[in-house]
Amino acid sequence: MSLETHIAPVATSRYGSNAGQPLTRRDGLLKVTGRATYAADNHPEGMLFAVMAVSRIARGRVRSMNIEAARAHPGVVEVLTPANRPPLFHDPNERIPPFGFRVEVLQDDSVRYVNQPIALVIAETLEAATEGAALLDPQYDTEPARVGLETGVRFDPSGVGIGGTPKTAHGDVEAGLSKAPIAIDVEVETPPQYHNAMEPHAVVAEWDGDRVVLDMPNQALAISCASYAAFFGIPVENVTIRSPFLGGGFGSKAILNGPQILAILAARMLNRPVKLALTRAQMYGPVSHRGQTWQKLRMGMERDGALIALHHHSLSATSAFEDFLEPAANASLPLYASPAILVEHEGIRLDTGTPGPMRAPGEASGSAALEVAIDEAAEACGMDPLAFRLKNYAETEPATGKPFSSKALRTCYEEGAARFGWSRRPRSAGQMRDENGLLVGWGMGTAVFGCPHFPAEARATLRADGTALVETGAADMGQGAWTALAQIAAEALGLEPDQVEFHSGLSTLPDAGVAGGSGHTASAGLALNQAGGDAIAQLSDLAVNDPQSPLFGAGNIGVTARGGRLYRRDDESRSESYAQILARAGRSHVAGTAKSNRDPAIASGHALYSHGAVFAEVKIDPDLGQIRTTRLIGAFAAGRIINPRLVQSQYFGGMIWGISFALHEEAVTDKRTGRIMNADLAEYHVPVNADVPPLEAILVPEDDAIVNPIGVKGVGEIGITGTVGAIANAVWHATGKRVRKFPIRIEDVMSSR
Amino acid sequence: MNRFDFIRPANIAEAVTAAAVPGSVYLAAGTNLLDLMKIGVTRPERVIDISRLPGLDRIEWLSDGSVRIGALMRNADLAYDTRFAATYPAIAEALLSGASAQLRNAATVGGNLLQRTRCAYFQDTASACNRREPGSGCDALHGENRLHAVLGWSEQCIATHPSDFCVPLAALGAVIEIEGVGGRRDIPIESLHSLPDASRALESTLAPGDFITGLRLPPEAASFAGNARYVKLRERTSYAFAVVSAAAMLDMDGDTIRASRLAIGAVAAKPWRAHEAEAVLVGQKAGREIFEKAATAALADARPSGDNAFKITLAHRILVRALMLAYEGTPKVMPALPASPFPEQHLSAPKADLHVA
Repeated sequence: MSLETHIAPVATSRYGSNAGQPLTRRDGLLKVTGRATYAADNHPEGMLFAVMAVSRIARGRVRSMNIEAARAHPGVVEVLTPANRPPLFHDPNERIPPFGFRVEVLQDDSVRYVNQPIALVIAETLEAATEGAALLDPQYDTEPARVGLETGVRFDPSGVGIGGTPKTAHGDVEAGLSKAPIAIDVEVETPPQYHNAMEPHAVVAEWDGDRVVLDMPNQALAISCASYAAFFGIPVENVTIRSPFLGGGFGSKAILNGPQILAILAARMLNRPVKLALTRAQMYGPVSHRGQTWQKLRMGMERDGALIALHHHSLSATSAFEDFLEPAANASLPLYASPAILVEHEGIRLDTGTPGPMRAPGEASGSAALEVAIDEAAEACGMDPLAFRLKNYAETEPATGKPFSSKALRTCYEEGAARFGWSRRPRSAGQMRDENGLLVGWGMGTAVFGCPHFPAEARATLRADGTALVETGAADMGQGAWTALAQIAAEALGLEPDQVEFHSGLSTLPDAGVAGGSGHTASAGLALNQAGGDAIAQLSDLAVNDPQSPLFGAGNIGVTARGGRLYRRDDESRSESYAQILARAGRSHVAGTAKSNRDPAIASGHALYSHGAVFAEVKIDPDLGQIRTTRLIGAFAAGRIINPRLVQSQYFGGMIWGISFALHEEAVTDKRTGRIMNADLAEYHVPVNADVPPLEAILVPEDDAIVNPIGVKGVGEIGITGTVGAIANAVWHATGKRVRKFPIRIEDVMSSR
Repeated sequence: MNRFDFIRPANIAEAVTAAAVPGSVYLAAGTNLLDLMKIGVTRPERVIDISRLPGLDRIEWLSDGSVRIGALMRNADLAYDTRFAATYPAIAEALLSGASAQLRNAATVGGNLLQRTRCAYFQDTASACNRREPGSGCDALHGENRLHAVLGWSEQCIATHPSDFCVPLAALGAVIEIEGVGGRRDIPIESLHSLPDASRALESTLAPGDFITGLRLPPEAASFAGNARYVKLRERTSYAFAVVSAAAMLDMDGDTIRASRLAIGAVAAKPWRAHEAEAVLVGQKAGREIFEKAATAALADARPSGDNAFKITLAHRILVRALMLAYEGTPKVMPALPASPFPEQHLSAPKADLHVA
C-alpha cells in the first residue's frame, strides 16, 4: 500500500546521506488528521458485524447456551458455536511453526481460560450482535481454576520463548557458589501483563470464491498468509492481508488468534464481509500476554567483586494447553562475565490464555530480576553498582566465548553516568533526601537485546522520470517503518526520500519478514538496500556499455549513485542522470530485486547485541509511599542509526514501558475464578504523562561492520531492559527496601512507623 | 444492544414523573452510566435524558452567604469558576484531581454525587454483588480487595465511594436539593449515601423519581477558604481513583483552631466525615501533635475488610498530611497537579542539589 499524502522534502545536505537524518514520519500527517485507515475503519458493502461471546470461567465446559434467544434477536444473522461451526482445514490443536500456536476456534465445548471464545454472533449491526452475544447466557460445568503457584501444574519444558533453549550450563555453578566468599540469593516475581495495544485486534474479512482479503493489523504478513491458507484450505496466494497501519502490536499481532480466524470463517460461511473488533476486556485472554514469572538468582563473588558463579532460574507460567514460557533466565547469558553460568527454566501450567511474545519477551522480565540481583551483589561486595558491573564486564559473550560484533557498552556506562551525575551517589541506601524531605534514590541497570535477522525480500524500480518505486511488505506498528525503511531504500538508490514512492503493509508485496525481535529495520532494510543496489547495478550496466554515455567504459572503475545521478568513481565530472540513462536505452524502468538474509556464519561466529545503560532517580514520600520517577537517562549503542528521531522515540517508549513494568502494570487475577479483575484501561495502570519525567536517551555512536551488511542493530525493545531494574534499585537506594515483586506498590515502601 | 425507552422531558416535573416508573435512570453526561450499560451492569428500561433541562448549570451566590450549584454544572466549569475556587479551594482541588480533563469537561455535579463504586466485583456481572443484585453475596469480601473499605463496611458490601468531589462536600456539610414525587426536599450530604448494614447494601437514600437539582454549601463553609486542602494518594500521578484521600479545612484564630472540617475519601461506601476528629481540634493549637490525635480519633473504628490494613495507616497519614498542608495555608494558585502529595517543583526537572542526611 502507499501513503497518499504529500511529503514535504527535507533538507539533507547536513548529513550527506539519506540515512542518519531525523526525518519526521511520512505517515504523521495522515495519522494526526485522522485519515490513516486502520483495519476496523473498513466497511465493505454488505458487511456484517461479529461479536464474540467469551467464557467467564477458567476451566470446565459450556453446558448450554440460549442460542434460540440470540438467533431470535432482531438483526442477528447467525450464531456460530461448536455445534455448527464449519470445518477448518488445519487442526487448531496443532501448531503451525514458528508462530502458530494452538488456538481456540470453537473446536469443542471445553473452556480452558477466561475470555476464551465460546460463540460468535454475527448480525446486521454491532448493537444486534452485542445483544445477541449477551442473550446466550452460557451455563457451565465449572472445574476449579488453577491460577497460582499452589494450584498450577509444574513441568520441565522442552523449549522456551519461540525456539529458545530452556537450560544452558557453562562451568560448574555449584562449585563456584560453594567456594565463593560472598554470595547472594534473590527471588523476584513478575506479574502477568497484557499488551494493550491502543488498537484492538480486529479484522474485516471479504471472500470472493476461494480468495479472501483481510484488513487486519498484522506484524508478520507472509507467515500469517500461509497460516490462514492452511486453516482455510486454499493456496497461500489466495490470501491477501492489508495492514497499512497498526495501532501498536508489541508482539500480540504477530501470532494468529482464534477470534480473527472465526470471523474469517463466518465471512466464508455467510458469503458476506464480516468485521470483528475485540473489546478491551476481550484482549485479556485469546490474544496473548506476558506470562507471570517467579525467578531465583544466586550469585557467588570473590572479595574483589569478580563473579565466579551465576545461577538464574525462572519458573514461567503458560496455559494449560500450549507452551510459551517467558525465557526470563536467558537474560543472564549475554551480559556479565562469570566462569560458571547456569540458566534454566521450569514451566507451570495455569488456566489462562496462552502467553506470547510481548515487547522484550524474556529480556524484560529477566532483566528486571537480573539487574536487581546484580545491585544486591554489588552491595554485598561493598561496591558501587557501576564499578561492580565494570568489574564483571564481558569482553566476549560469557557462556560461549564468542567475540561481540561490536559492543560500546563501556561508552554507554560512561556517558550515561556522566550525564546523570552518578559519581556523587552515596553507596548505601537511605542517604539522600531532597529539600522537601522526600527520600531520593539512584539506581542503574544494564540494557541488552539481541540482533535477530529474518529473511526478507524487496523490489526497487527506477522509473523513467528518475524517481523510484520501492516495495516490501513491512509492518509499521507506530515505530516508523514507513519512514526508516524508505530512507534506507533512498540511500541505496542515491535518491532523496521524497523521490522514493514506498509501498508497504500489503501481503502481495515482497515478503519483508516479521516486525519483531527488534529486527525489522535490519531485515527489511537489508532487502531494500540490496534491491536498490541491484537496480543501480542494472542501470550502471546500461550506462557503462553505452558509447554515448559519459560513463562509457567505466565498468572496471565503477560508478557511484548520488542525487539521482551516476558518477564515474574516479572522475566526478563525468556523470549522467538516471532519467537520461533510461531514456537513451529506451527503457521505461529497471527493476532491482533482492532476497536477503544474514550469512549464518555471522551469528555462529559472533555475539550480536545492542547494549545500553539506564540511570534512574526516584523520589518517595516516606509517609505515604507514593513513588515518582524523577529522572531517567539511558545511553544506548545499537549500531548504525537510520533515523535518530525515531530511534530516540523508540528508546523513550521502551523506558516508559520500564516505568510501567516497575511501578504500574499488573493483571490482577481473582484466585477463585481466574477472572482478571482489572481488564480495562481505567484499572490496568500504565503511566500517564505526569508519571514520566523528562527523559534523555543518548545515542552512543557504534559502527558494526559484522552484524549485517547495513550495520543496523535493533532499538525496539532494548529500552525496557535495564530500566525496570534501574528503578527498582533506585527504590532500594531511597528506602533500603528490596521489593521482591513487581510492580512496586505503595504498601511495599511506605514507612512502618 | 438491549432496547430501552429514551425520554427527554421538558422540565423537572416531567422528568420526575417519568423516572418514578421502576427501571428508569437519569442520564446527564453519561460518563458513568453509559460505561455500566455497555458492560451489562445496568440494563435500564427507560433512560430519562435530563442533560438539556434549562437552568441547572449555574452557580447562584445567595444573600445569606451560601451558594447553590446546579446539578448539571460541569465539573470543570465549577472548578475553574474563579469566585467558587477562591471561596471553596478544597472543592476545586478535589474536582481537578479526578478523572481526566475530557471527563471533567463532561461530568456533572449531580452525576458525581451518584457515581457508582469502582469495586471490580460490582462491575463484573459474573461475580456476586449485593449492590448490583441484592442477596447474591459479596465476592469482594474474600477476593482482590486491597483497595476496599476500612470504615463502615459490613459482610454485605466492602465497596468504597469513588468520588473526590464528595469528600470536601461532606466535610463542609453540603445540602442536597431534591425534587421527588412528593415534592421538594433538602437532605444533608451525609444522609445521601448509605452504608451497608447487616442485611443490605443500598447505595443511597433516594426514592424512585428523586431528582437531584443541585446542592448548597452553608454560609459557614466560606470561612475555611484560607486553610483548605484536598490531598489524594494514587497509584499513578493522574487518571486514577484514590487509594485514600482527605479534605482538611481549618478556620484559624492565630495558631488556634476555631473550627475545622474534615473528611476522608475511598475508605467507605460514603465520603467519610470525621466529626470525632473535628471535635479533637476545636480550640487547640495547630500542629502535628494534635493533628495526629485527630487522625487517631477519625480512624478509631477502622478495621480491614480484607488485604487492606495498610489503608488504615495511609488514611491516618493522609489526614495528617492534609491538615498540615491546610495549616500552611491554601496555595495562592491551584497546584499544577491538584491534590498531589508531591511538592510543586517535582513536576518538572528537579533541582540537582541534594544533601546527604
